Amino acid sequence: MSPDVLKLIFGRLTFESLPLHEPIVVATFAVVATGGLVMLAGLTYFRLWGYLWSEWFTSVDHKRIGIMYMILGIVMLLRGFADALMMRLQQALAFGGSEGYLNAHHYDQVFTAHGVIMIFFVAMPLVTGLMNFVVPLQIGARDVSFPFLNNFSFWMTVGGAVLVMASLFIGEFARTGWLAYPPLSNIGYSPDVGVDYYIWGLQVAGVGTTLSGINLICTIVKLRCPGMTMMRMPVFTWTALCTNVLIVASFPVLTVVLALLSLDRYVGTNFFTNDFGGSPMMYVNLIWIWGHPEVYILVLPAFGIFSEVTSTFSGKRLFGYTSMVYATVVITILSYLVWLHHFFTMGSGASVNSFFGITTMIISIPTGAKMFNWLFTMYRGRIRFELPMMWTIAFMLTFVLGGMTGVLLAVPPADFVLHNSLFLIAHFHNVIIGGVVFGAFAGIGYWFPKAFGFKLDPFWGKLSFWFWVTGFYLAFMPLYVLGLMGVTRRLRVFDDPSLQIWFIVAGIGAFLVFLGILSMLMQFAVSFLRREQLKDVTGDPWDARTLEWATSSPPPAYNFAFTPVVHDNDAWWDMKRRGYQRPLLGFKPIHMPSSTGTGIILAGFATAMGFGLIWYIWWLAAASFIAMLAVGIGHTFNYHRDFDIPADDVIRTEDARTKLLAGAK
Amino acid sequence: MTVAVNPTQTGEPVFYLADEHPHPEGYSTSLGFWIYLMSDCLIFAILFATFGVLGGNYAAGPAPKDLFELPLVAVNTSMLLLSSITYGFAMLTMQQNKIGQTQMWLAITGLFGAAFIGIELSEFAHMIHEGATPQRSAFLSAFFTLVGTHGLHVTCGLIWLVTLMVQVWKFGLIEANRRRLMCLSMFWHFLDVVWIGVFTFVYLLGVLR
Repeated sequence: MSPDVLKLIFGRLTFESLPLHEPIVVATFAVVATGGLVMLAGLTYFRLWGYLWSEWFTSVDHKRIGIMYMILGIVMLLRGFADALMMRLQQALAFGGSEGYLNAHHYDQVFTAHGVIMIFFVAMPLVTGLMNFVVPLQIGARDVSFPFLNNFSFWMTVGGAVLVMASLFIGEFARTGWLAYPPLSNIGYSPDVGVDYYIWGLQVAGVGTTLSGINLICTIVKLRCPGMTMMRMPVFTWTALCTNVLIVASFPVLTVVLALLSLDRYVGTNFFTNDFGGSPMMYVNLIWIWGHPEVYILVLPAFGIFSEVTSTFSGKRLFGYTSMVYATVVITILSYLVWLHHFFTMGSGASVNSFFGITTMIISIPTGAKMFNWLFTMYRGRIRFELPMMWTIAFMLTFVLGGMTGVLLAVPPADFVLHNSLFLIAHFHNVIIGGVVFGAFAGIGYWFPKAFGFKLDPFWGKLSFWFWVTGFYLAFMPLYVLGLMGVTRRLRVFDDPSLQIWFIVAGIGAFLVFLGILSMLMQFAVSFLRREQLKDVTGDPWDARTLEWATSSPPPAYNFAFTPVVHDNDAWWDMKRRGYQRPLLGFKPIHMPSSTGTGIILAGFATAMGFGLIWYIWWLAAASFIAMLAVGIGHTFNYHRDFDIPADDVIRTEDARTKLLAGAK
Repeated sequence: MTVAVNPTQTGEPVFYLADEHPHPEGYSTSLGFWIYLMSDCLIFAILFATFGVLGGNYAAGPAPKDLFELPLVAVNTSMLLLSSITYGFAMLTMQQNKIGQTQMWLAITGLFGAAFIGIELSEFAHMIHEGATPQRSAFLSAFFTLVGTHGLHVTCGLIWLVTLMVQVWKFGLIEANRRRLMCLSMFWHFLDVVWIGVFTFVYLLGVLR
């Protein structure tokens, strides 16, 4: 075929695009492909495709979507962490004339992919998954406000993850760092597909995130059960509300800034170019106007989890509920007033830098208030050191440390020294791992029995905990030291041999974290095998306080046979204390939304469109866009999206639970 | 939903609703749509900010004075404003359950909208013909993107409008369709408000600049 025809069909995708010259990538591909084939064969052999499709992929049940988000987050954690291990190994080796084992081209992709994956496809799915699973249960609702949209949002997030993963084996990923600053990310300096993978991966996932933000705000505002006033909402629901407000108020900024970068790259406009009046600084400002709220999007729900865990495992009402709520709201607002502290060194002048330095320091006040609230909740409590509580205590110690280095960085003169150094890297890993990751693990340990009906195995959990915590400190404390000595981030080789020992220690730390991740996977496997011994028949394995524990584990599709009525902040605790009797009669049919495959189909077309745009396969992009439009409009012609769960089914489910509960006593 | 959340007369607290009614269909829709509109508003806010920062960077190329023809823009603005009025009429007739008139006003709204897009495209074509392309300067990049994004929104609104007219024609003014018309109404008026911002900040102030 002539080159023109090939170009028409495949755009700029050629055989040379496949990274066959990178042995590491080829080996990875072999492992992933084998693993994938085994999994596909297994699913086919056990005839699970139909089940997965009808019960999970097309499900609009918020609990299942939440669980699928968690699975996505954990799978992507493996990828993101593999990148981290590679970087640690490279930096530990590349001394004394050694080039290490990663070439610059590959190494730059690794650190970019690590950042992008960890934030967008690990932390975000874990946080969104927990909110999706827990919030409707905590507010006594049967589902979210827009169940179809929820399914669609999830699949868009998957679509973004698929694009980013595809870049590993087809073409390459961006070599720009995780925020792809221009002019480096512009077409002149990054003519390859890497930045385009970055852009379309994030755009596709970003649609999902924004829609899920709108969905959860509506759910929390409109679907709370009777009696649950705003100031009676569990703190996790409050933090979820604030996080989703932040999502809706910041992700459009990311959408626009990436769209403008794409225009620069695809059309040749001059937004962020060096000439024709463009301004790269505009990009840096805009992306951090999204980027700073983003870190609070991640950490606020973690704060919510710690609040639930602390009061449950201390057997006490949360100390300072009202101040906790106000602190959350204040952080929400302040998170928009600090973005410039990410580039103090870019010449905004002393007055502007002082303003943003001070607002940044002020954030530590509401955060500190939260810390004291948790401490006072534990004070004189009867603390049970179950795993979620252990993660919480590890969080409190670690996060305070990370917060203090943050306040240090907020001082502009100090930042001029520490900007883009490993001190900064240590700081944000300190707060993101110590805050978001530990929070997600506390949340997983805490709500796992609710989701699956059995607890997680404590032995492997504790092993994982200790590996993670010691590994974290070993991996990142040396980076503080290196940063103070002036080592900047994203370096591939080093001259000064005296630095090597710190990188070796950091590498050992990363290896311990690796063992922590393996122990956690082991924990899931062992818990599954021991599920009969670890079974939770009561629905309330921790003697907890909020509404999600009022129903069975796992909850029925309709969550609550009767909508609960709330009289207190700790609604379930109040019900237990005042002798609530579970209703045994009078069940009625329950109105629920029906499953639909539209979400996954639309997201599939969106991903195909992204792929077409990345490789300049214009026919694919156009066809997928038209297909998306057709399917989307077609979906609006379906007016019957609900069904009734018959009363008999409800009776059967509830009777089964009655028997279980009787057996438990 | 108002229910008795106080203890019953016997003093026993009520912990669940024995007799409940599911939320009516579309219970959260108007709130959800409002929040969506606000997120969309933020998209325009960023584009306005970008225009504000880059709008004076002509790079020795044409400036607003050389490019904008205010009379044409005035005609275009009136198209959009009239379409908002006619959409209002469509909503009024919808309240009175007059399907035929609703459809007629929707069609007129669509025609005004299409006229707006047509005039905008011809303005763009004229500018590009004169060499004032989006690639020429940061000012023109920001101009085409801001005005073009608005135009793209109106185009989406037109597709939506046609879809809804088909749905009203097929299924009548049922509750679901009324709700959808209401959402499109908010969307349409929202675009009108954004256009007033574009008209003022881009065209009027641009010519003064």
